[in-house]
Amino acid sequence: MIQESKYEVVRGKVITRTFLMFTFFFLLSLILLAVRFTKGLGAVTNLSDGYPWGIWIAYDVVVGSALGCGGYALAILIYILNKREFSPLMRSALLTSALGYTMAGFAVIIDLGRYWNVYGFALPNRWNLSSVLFEVAVCIMTYTLILWIELTPVIAEKTGWNRKKLEKIVMVAAVIGLILPTMHQSSLGSIQIISLKKLNPLWHSGFLPLFFLSSVILMGYAVASAESLLSSLYFKRPFEMNLLKKLSIYMVYIGFGWIILRFIELIFWGKISLVFTQGFYSFMFWLEVALFFIPSYMLWKYRSQLSPRKIFVFSIIYLFAGAIYRFNVYLIGWNPGSNWVYFPSMSETLITIGIVSFEFMIYLIFVKTFPVLPAKEV
Amino acid sequence: MKEKPKNPDRREFLKKGMAAAVGAALFPGAVLASEEENSEEWYSMLYDSTKCIGCKSCSVACKRVNHLPPELEKDGIHDDAIDLSAKTKTIIKLYKSDDGRSAFVKRQCMHCLDPACVSACPVSAMRKDRTTGIVYWNGNRCIGCRYCMVACPFEVPKFEWDKPIPHIVKCDLCKDTYLKEKGITACADVCPTGAIIFGKRGDLLIEAKMRIKKNPERYNPVIYGEYDGGGTSVMYLASKGVSFQELGFPRLEKSPAEISESIQHGIYESLVPPFLALGALYFLLKPEKKEGKNDSGK
Repeated sequence: MIQESKYEVVRGKVITRTFLMFTFFFLLSLILLAVRFTKGLGAVTNLSDGYPWGIWIAYDVVVGSALGCGGYALAILIYILNKREFSPLMRSALLTSALGYTMAGFAVIIDLGRYWNVYGFALPNRWNLSSVLFEVAVCIMTYTLILWIELTPVIAEKTGWNRKKLEKIVMVAAVIGLILPTMHQSSLGSIQIISLKKLNPLWHSGFLPLFFLSSVILMGYAVASAESLLSSLYFKRPFEMNLLKKLSIYMVYIGFGWIILRFIELIFWGKISLVFTQGFYSFMFWLEVALFFIPSYMLWKYRSQLSPRKIFVFSIIYLFAGAIYRFNVYLIGWNPGSNWVYFPSMSETLITIGIVSFEFMIYLIFVKTFPVLPAKEV
Repeated sequence: MKEKPKNPDRREFLKKGMAAAVGAALFPGAVLASEEENSEEWYSMLYDSTKCIGCKSCSVACKRVNHLPPELEKDGIHDDAIDLSAKTKTIIKLYKSDDGRSAFVKRQCMHCLDPACVSACPVSAMRKDRTTGIVYWNGNRCIGCRYCMVACPFEVPKFEWDKPIPHIVKCDLCKDTYLKEKGITACADVCPTGAIIFGKRGDLLIEAKMRIKKNPERYNPVIYGEYDGGGTSVMYLASKGVSFQELGFPRLEKSPAEISESIQHGIYESLVPPFLALGALYFLLKPEKKEGKNDSGK
């Protein structure tokens, strides 16, 4: 499966100026985390009884895991639609996915008030099968493990482990790896169904799981494209233009499909007038739709003359679109009452930056140690 | 060779797993039906806003028996809670309209018949006692994810933001304190005007309906909590002309738990076929793996 394409280790020193910058932010966040674990969540965050979830959930977990869906989105193309030509992009996408999900896991532990009780997920008498969050938590934990298993052939190539045995395990992992994100990425939307009146009707909908799932596939292709272009640039390698052009067309289809579905839902449930009458919320709705529309329109318009720059810029806009949609559902459109406000504190933001920096550090170490990026000759 | 005898076991395991999954999908409905049957017996409180004089004795008694710290104002003298919090499990609020009407309203956990917090909690730390109907929190299980706070339509569960070992705090009808000793909640016991009465839900509903019937010009004809949010154990009467939305209660036709669970279960029932398709995919992948081997082994 994965070994159909050739990969190579990136040459160069691990410790560069960029690497040191990430290290700085990571260490800074460690100091703030010490405060969080000794003085409580209130000491570093602006969370409150009205807004029990802030950017650690909205960004690190919800957006973070969505950004980690490159591996999943490509796997749909490669294994379900049988488009094998995309497999050169697979390994690096898997690596970012594994890192994205692992970091989301760290963020959850930081965010949990009573983290020492998480072992409860291993005790069946505590399982609550009607809890959407239970399903999300178990799926995400399992999927993170699956992602690292899917990466073992990469390590095996370097260390010379028995690859035949590994292949069997990896095959099973790949199948499970297709099911789990379908479940938990849609359920990340279902989580907010229970918020009911607290989530503005522009976003509250029985279709939340479908909106989350479809936009996460789009974000997966966008992150795989952007990552491919960035690493080609950073490590001075040729661009994978043939693959990326095809991928952009898929993004256009999903992008337009998503917008159409969004409006159908609003019209069908009689909420369409809200797109003009909700003031700031209406503005955020239009911003969200515009961020989905602009890259879809532009990529379609220039479909015969796509440059690396265009694909990169519009992929990034797609990522912002998916991120803004998720922020709208989890924070901006979420209003527990007029007497509550939330804006992330400096410490809260720095901890998020620290987590992301750590993710970049591991990425840089990994691609310079193991064969992850596509070999140059292709 | 060793694998072959294992296969029947695995098939058996899958069969059982499937049966369990189908059972789980049907079971919650069955549980719900039995819940509604004995909800008449559950511990309840009826708060009559027309009788409340706003003396806040209930709030003080609650703090005393449940060992809750005061929320000191800047002068350091007054316990000055302005809303429910990790230090205040019940509070009396004053509603004032622009046209001069006013009414007191008591807030605490509503002890819903189908509680959103219980449905939401991933590790069953929020539970509803099957015999008393009390919704309570179990610190030995809670992971502090705060999904109960997100889910609760009444904004009841609160969190100790300033502590490294935080608790989720909400009213548990004095389950381990006053109720255990005296058989009544502290707030209902101390209320000087009888604005809060404690009893079984069935009896309190009859009482509430009688009050409305006797004094139709005094009361809002609706009992909030009879059906709202799927029904609650703490119920409210308000003055005529004062709506429950004005008193700060959301308009809830169904319980959020029911809406969330029906969608989530619906999705999974319709997702079973695609799952089977993916299982088939596993076998489709196999021959291609062999091709891969040939390529790499050439």
